[in-house]
Amino acid sequence: MTAGAPAVEGRPPAPARAGVREGPSRLATTLLVLPAGLWYLFLLILPIGIVMLFSLGNRGETGGYAGGFTFANYEGAFRNPSPFVTSLYLSIAGTVACLLVGLPLAYFIATRAGKRKTLFIILLVVPFWTSFLIRTYSWLILLGRDGLAGWFVDVTGNESFRILGTDAAVLLGLVYGYLPLMVFPLYVTLERMDRTLLDASKDLGAGRWATFRQITLPIALPGLITGSILVFIPMMGEYVIPQILGYGQTFTIGNALVLRFLEFRDWPAGSAQAVGLIFVMFVTISFYLWFTNRGRQVREQSVL
Amino acid sequence: MSAPAVPLPAERTMRGQVKQGVDRFGGLVEVWLRAHALLVYAFLYIPIVVVVFYSFNGTDQRVMDWEGFSLRWYEYVAENNEVQRYLWNSVIVGLGTAIISTLFGTMAALGLQRVPRFVRLPFDALTYVSVIVPELVIALATLVFFATTIGREGILTNATGITIGFGYHTIIGALTLFNMSLTLLLVRARLSGMDRTHVEASYDLYATPLRTFWQITLPALLPAIVAGFLLSFTFAFDDYLITTFVNGQGTSTLPLYVFGQIKRGVTPATNVIATLMLLVTLTLLVGGQWLLGRYARRSGGGRGLGEGGVAQIVAEGGT
Repeated sequence: MTAGAPAVEGRPPAPARAGVREGPSRLATTLLVLPAGLWYLFLLILPIGIVMLFSLGNRGETGGYAGGFTFANYEGAFRNPSPFVTSLYLSIAGTVACLLVGLPLAYFIATRAGKRKTLFIILLVVPFWTSFLIRTYSWLILLGRDGLAGWFVDVTGNESFRILGTDAAVLLGLVYGYLPLMVFPLYVTLERMDRTLLDASKDLGAGRWATFRQITLPIALPGLITGSILVFIPMMGEYVIPQILGYGQTFTIGNALVLRFLEFRDWPAGSAQAVGLIFVMFVTISFYLWFTNRGRQVREQSVL
Repeated sequence: MSAPAVPLPAERTMRGQVKQGVDRFGGLVEVWLRAHALLVYAFLYIPIVVVVFYSFNGTDQRVMDWEGFSLRWYEYVAENNEVQRYLWNSVIVGLGTAIISTLFGTMAALGLQRVPRFVRLPFDALTYVSVIVPELVIALATLVFFATTIGREGILTNATGITIGFGYHTIIGALTLFNMSLTLLLVRARLSGMDRTHVEASYDLYATPLRTFWQITLPALLPAIVAGFLLSFTFAFDDYLITTFVNGQGTSTLPLYVFGQIKRGVTPATNVIATLMLLVTLTLLVGGQWLLGRYARRSGGGRGLGEGGVAQIVAEGGT
C-alpha cells in the first residue's frame, strides 16, 4: 500500500523508479490521509478559530459566549498582565535552569558514558514517560512540613519557613518535569560532534574554557535552541505544577485560564488570554524557524 | 559554569608542558561532570522512590510518619469501588486513544509519502503544531468547540433537539490530536530510514501493493507503531489537563481523582494509587522495550523506545 505500482500483468515489471511514481490510486492516498486531516480540521483549526472569534465577543448572562464585536477582553487582559508576567518569568527562569542542569549532563552522556549511553538515555526517558501528575505530587511530600521544609525549620528554628506555595517550589517542579526535553536535543547534537575538533583546539593551545566557548557551545547551539523551545512553550502553559506546588499562590496564565473557563465560564475573557498564550507560542516558533533557516543558509554558503 | 573537558586526559598527550599547564583542572572537571550526572539522576528518581516507599506505610496519620511496612492501604484501595471506576475509565480512555491514534497516525504517515507538496507542507505544519502547542490551549479550545457544537446548548441541539454531550468520545477525541501526531512522526521517521530495495524487490516479484504492505512495509514499521501505541496509551492514561476540561458525567479518570485527593489532603492511599499508576505505565514501557528489543534482534536493526524517542525525532526534525 505504501510504494510502487502493481506490476502490470503480461508486461515485464516496470523499473522501480517509474513504479514508485505510479503508486496506488489517488483514492487510496486520500483515504489514508483523510482521518488525520479531519482531526486537524475539527480538533485543532476550528477550535482555535472559535477561541479567536470568542475573544472578540461578549460574555453571556449565564456564562459562555453571546456574540458581538469588542476589544474589551483584550483590554482586560492588558490591564491585568500579572499572570502573563508570572508565567513568562517562571518559564524563562525554568528554561535557563534546565539549560544549566541539562548541558553538563548531556555533555557527560555524549562524551563520557561510553557503551552505557543508551542506558543513561533510557534512565532519562523513564521518569519522563510516567505520570506527570504523580511526579509533581511526589514533591508535595518531599518539600512539605514532613520533608525538606520541616527539616529546615527544625535546624534553623525559623517557624515561618516554607517551600511549598512559593515560586521556588514551582520553579523546581518545572525543571523536574521538563529537564529531559532539554537534554535530548542537546545530547543529539553533542553526540554528533566531531571530537577531533576538540583535539585540534587543544593542540592550538586553547584552554578548556576557550575550547568550550569556541567549539563545543557553537556546535551545541542548534540543540540548545531546540531544547529551550521544547521546554519554554509547555512551561508557559503549565497549570498542574503551579496549582499543586504553588498552592495556586503563584498565579500563572495557566491558573488564570482554568479559572476563567471552568469556574467563571467567562469564555470571551478567557479566550483573549488564550490568544495571548498562542501569540507567545507563535513568536517563539517563528524565532526558532528563523534561527534554523539562518543556520541552513550559513551552512550552504560555507559549502559553496 | 565551568568548561567541559577535552576528551584525552592531559597525561596521555605527548605534547609537552604547555598543555599540561592548560589542563591542570582536568581531573576536577571530570569529577564534577560525574558528580553532576549522579546528582541529576538522584533528583529524577528520589521523588518516585519516595512515593512508592511510603505507599507501604502502615500509618493512618501523616503520610511521612513511618510506622512500619504494611499492605493495609493496598487492601483499602483494592476494596474501594470508586477508585476502580476511575481506573476503568482511565483504561478505556487510554485504549481508545491509543487505538485511534496509532491507526490514523500510521495511515497518515503512509499516505503523506505520496501527496503533492501543497498538501504535505500544511499537513506537516499542523502535525508539529499539535505536538508543540501547550496542552492547556488544546484543552480549552476543544471544550469551547464541543460545547458550541454538541454540548447542551450547542448548535446540534438547537437544530435537531439531539444532545450528544460530553463523555469518553470527547476525551478520546481531544487526546487523539497530540498522540496521533506523535505516532505519525514516529512512523514517518521509521519510513524514511527504511530500506526501499525490499519493497522494490517485492514488486519485481509481482506482489500486489497490499501483499507488499503486509509482508514488507508493516513488519518494518512495527517498532514505531508499537512505540506509538504504548506512548499514546500512557499519555492518555495519565492525562489530567485535557480530561478535566472535556470529561462528561461519570467519565472522570484516575488522574482527576488523584488531583482531587491532592487538593483535599493526601493520605497513604494516594501513594498507593500513584504507585499503581506508575506500575501500569512502567510495565507497558519496559515490556514494550523488551518486545521491540527481541523483535529488532530477530529482524535486524531498528530503534527502540529508549533512544530519546519523541524528543529525538523533534530534535532531528529541527536541526
